[in-house]
Amino acid sequence: MATSQTLNDQIWMALGTVQDPELPVTVTDLGLIHAVTVDGGRVHVTMIPTFSACPAIDVMRQDIRKTLLNVPGVQTVEVELSFAEPWTMARMTERGRQRLLDHGLSVPFRHAQTPVTCPFCGSTNTVLESPFGTTLCRSIYYCRDCRNPIERFKPPPE
Amino acid sequence: MSGVTEGVDLARRDVRDALAAYLVAFADDELLIGHRHSEWTGFAPDIESDIALSSIAQDELGHARLLYDHAGTLLSQSPDELAFGRQPAAFRNAILVERPNGDWGYTIVRLFLYDLADQVRLEALASGSHRPLAELAAAVRREEKYHVSYGEQWLRRLAGGSEVSHNRVQEAYNRAWPEAAGLFEPVKGQQTLLEAGVVTGSASGQMGRWQQSVRDVSTDVGLQVPSAGPQGGGRTGRHSEDLQILVDEMTSVWRSDPKAKW
Repeated sequence: MATSQTLNDQIWMALGTVQDPELPVTVTDLGLIHAVTVDGGRVHVTMIPTFSACPAIDVMRQDIRKTLLNVPGVQTVEVELSFAEPWTMARMTERGRQRLLDHGLSVPFRHAQTPVTCPFCGSTNTVLESPFGTTLCRSIYYCRDCRNPIERFKPPPE
Repeated sequence: MSGVTEGVDLARRDVRDALAAYLVAFADDELLIGHRHSEWTGFAPDIESDIALSSIAQDELGHARLLYDHAGTLLSQSPDELAFGRQPAAFRNAILVERPNGDWGYTIVRLFLYDLADQVRLEALASGSHRPLAELAAAVRREEKYHVSYGEQWLRRLAGGSEVSHNRVQEAYNRAWPEAAGLFEPVKGQQTLLEAGVVTGSASGQMGRWQQSVRDVSTDVGLQVPSAGPQGGGRTGRHSEDLQILVDEMTSVWRSDPKAKW
């Protein structure tokens, strides 16, 4: 069905404009959207949160609803949380990772375990200060070379 | 289909009631321990601990909300009504979590004992037959591994520090232990859930596993595991006076305008 295919594309494009309120990255680049189904004008979005207790989830659910209701042809929008599979770094796009790096965070690679790199001087001579940071998805490291505290993007443990 | 959801017969009234009661008790524990942890915000011994306790509090409150959500679907009530709209006697939390924070030693001992118990309890739900809950429990269990390692690291630090810190932790242990075992006091209808496969492992079996994991660390750091038996009551609504004070404070904003939209 050509029309619903187009609507589907428009919905994904619209989703690509919804930002995480705690990070300068979109919900699609963060890999939070698991699936979108379109049935006539009814849209059902399944979302995989990074941390189940993240207080930004409600804001993003509302923003997704509001944004998609503005897409011509969309009548109802339901955003459901799914925990059927864990959120991992592999869900993040390379562009999303780059945005977080540009924001000044240290960010793990999407597919490999590597040492924690200092976003200021590039050194890997870093040490964990605290697994807890300013949001649930950040931890705090310390750079022993340039002596700066580092905010590290923290995925949930596997 | 007729009410059979994801392998669990929720058309059965007794299963539905038991599940709602179980989830409310679980959520009550999470809400209150989260509230207690949040009382450290701005007051913890150093800024890292301040952020850590605030972060753990946020986790627990978020998890409480998700559990109240599931319970609320069965009870036709909103998570806010369940969290803030009930009298203390209607709470089914274990007494452990309503206790005031006391000193840092008690806070750490309670966090350590609570989060190890939570791992066992979440595992029992994650390996159960109610799929949406099992999936949620598995996610929460993974996330809370950070709590477990945090509690254990601090316990080791305090128990292995000075004689004063060791003794204070031992004293906190003696005080917290019976009420921590009270986390495994069965909720009304828990046996029905066990038979229906929603949770795996009896309450006493879960308690045994918890005690073993507590002993493993305690022995290693030279803390004596108290011999006192479990102190229950919370799961049947028999609470200490501490709960009244906590609930009064925790619900004061909500009670000022229950219909407010935030």
